[in-house]
Amino acid sequence: MNNIIAAPMIIPILIGILLIFFRRFTLLQRWVSFGGMAASAFISIYILNQIQSQGIMRLDFGGWEPPFGILFVADSFSMLLVTTTSIVTAVCLLYGFSSIGEKREKMFFYSFVNFLVAGVNGSFLTGDLFNLYVNFEIMLLASYVLIAIGGEKRQFRESIKYVAINVLSSFFFLIAIAYLYGTLGTLNMAHISVRVAEVGQTPILTVIGVVFLLVFSLKAGLLLYYWLPGSYSAPPSMIAALFGALLTKVGIYAMFRVFTLIFYHEPEVTHTLIGVMAALTLIGGSLGAIAFKDIRQIVSYNVVIAVGFILVGLAVATPSAIEGAIYYLIHDMVVKALLFILAGMMMAVTGTAQINRMSGLIRNYPAFGWMFFIAMLALAGVPPLSGFIGKMLVGQGAVEAGSYILVALAFISSIFVLYSLLRVFLNCFWGETIIEVEEKVPMKKGWLISCALLTLMIFGLGLGAEALAGYVSSAANTLLNPEIYIDAVLND
Amino acid sequence: MKINDVILHAVTKIVVFIIFTMAVYLFLSGHHNPGGGFVGGLVLASAFVLLFLAFDMETVRHAIPFDFKYVAALGAFIAVASGVGSVFFDAPILSMTHGYFVLPIFGETELATVTLFELGVALAVVGVVVTIILSIGEDI
Repeated sequence: MNNIIAAPMIIPILIGILLIFFRRFTLLQRWVSFGGMAASAFISIYILNQIQSQGIMRLDFGGWEPPFGILFVADSFSMLLVTTTSIVTAVCLLYGFSSIGEKREKMFFYSFVNFLVAGVNGSFLTGDLFNLYVNFEIMLLASYVLIAIGGEKRQFRESIKYVAINVLSSFFFLIAIAYLYGTLGTLNMAHISVRVAEVGQTPILTVIGVVFLLVFSLKAGLLLYYWLPGSYSAPPSMIAALFGALLTKVGIYAMFRVFTLIFYHEPEVTHTLIGVMAALTLIGGSLGAIAFKDIRQIVSYNVVIAVGFILVGLAVATPSAIEGAIYYLIHDMVVKALLFILAGMMMAVTGTAQINRMSGLIRNYPAFGWMFFIAMLALAGVPPLSGFIGKMLVGQGAVEAGSYILVALAFISSIFVLYSLLRVFLNCFWGETIIEVEEKVPMKKGWLISCALLTLMIFGLGLGAEALAGYVSSAANTLLNPEIYIDAVLND
Repeated sequence: MKINDVILHAVTKIVVFIIFTMAVYLFLSGHHNPGGGFVGGLVLASAFVLLFLAFDMETVRHAIPFDFKYVAALGAFIAVASGVGSVFFDAPILSMTHGYFVLPIFGETELATVTLFELGVALAVVGVVVTIILSIGEDI
């Protein structure tokens, strides 16, 4: 019995509910949310270390043994993501304190951020397919509110699309779960895996696998990303940062889990399909990233490219590619939060989102300009920053597997990332300054502190990759050897 | 012209209590028979909606002076707390238990912690339904 592994979900839920009663006390709301996130970050790190010594931990809710009850399973992969989620959210909250505005803060903003994180952490932790659906819904319901909070026209327009596409994909998710339950008679992921292995992955099971792929690619923005740039550019930048850092990652996590634990017997079909979709995502995302002049669109298309890149790792599924994908996933959560926050700051100081109307920002705000530069290098994968190790390992794995087209596309997309952000950098930060000294919007302390923390994390992840190596290889090991996961759940 | 709705008022005053009783019955019977917190909560909410329909909003707000958003939040808190509370008894989260107690009037009664959870669900349902209907009503 490990009640502690439910803490990363329970703490945000309880805090979220309690904060509803303290609607008018903004200061209290801010620091309680921040404290809760920090606490769950520390607890997650503690659990992560426990897993290294004791193996995978699980919690059977209400004492119902698997495969009958629902359960949380904490392995290194999920705990790495839970830890990153809590830390990134805590830093985003710091940025939110000074950017989100009193009006939104009084509309239960912090409660819904907490619910969002609860759903995200729950999705990472759960060991039951239907419970995964429930956690997805918790996360999505909170995100529906967050995307529309404040009630601007643009937000409403985008939220309708966002809600429609997500309701549709949730519907497909339910259908896929129903098919799988009808075929195998169980919903516990480890138990499903055992049964799929027993009967062999028959064509019908592969088709169900493809339905799951469809669902998760809608959520993750793999190929089916057409809703993503619009939705992620509508809400205030702090919410966009949370979305960009967390939401697509949950879809990616679900894909990794399902296609390494359950449907891994027919890689010629499923993994090839993932590879093709990843390749098309990389192409489409790269074109989108250089096509627009709106900073929010550019940044959102960078999210799409990263999704394609991470799934190249899953498509080739060699040990080093999986390890690389995990490194890159963690890096991407941090760096996308930073990128969205920087984009939000650029819009806040210039009052426009068009990059050709900004110029010379680095003269007014040097620290800000350099942090953008560092984020750009990290995204392009320049050592010693955090993107490097992930890109290198994914590339190495893809070469080992002989998928040269994917390698080529993955690295060409990095050049497009670099080009798209370099264009922003040249346009907005270099050149003659357009902001007069007396008109200069003072940079708030919270903005710089949150950016500085994320930049430090980029350096930390890059230089401290060695410290992470143990956790990442344990995570990759569990993903590549499903029996470790199954043993921990069923034969304990 | 003032609408004469004296019959509606008179009937509502009686029927609301019948609905309340029905809601409590459904809520308590839910442990072994059809019913439970969700259904009980819906029926309870329908009583409030009837009150809002028969009398105007100001009158009812004056008689029932609490914000239904907080009722929903209280319900959610009770429901979550009933699951998390098992931490203090060294049991896995969401563990439920029950026991038989001899109470003064009821005699031997089965008391279950599930009822606490159901109470939370019922309050959450009442709060959410009434909040939705009131906000739709305010728009028009």
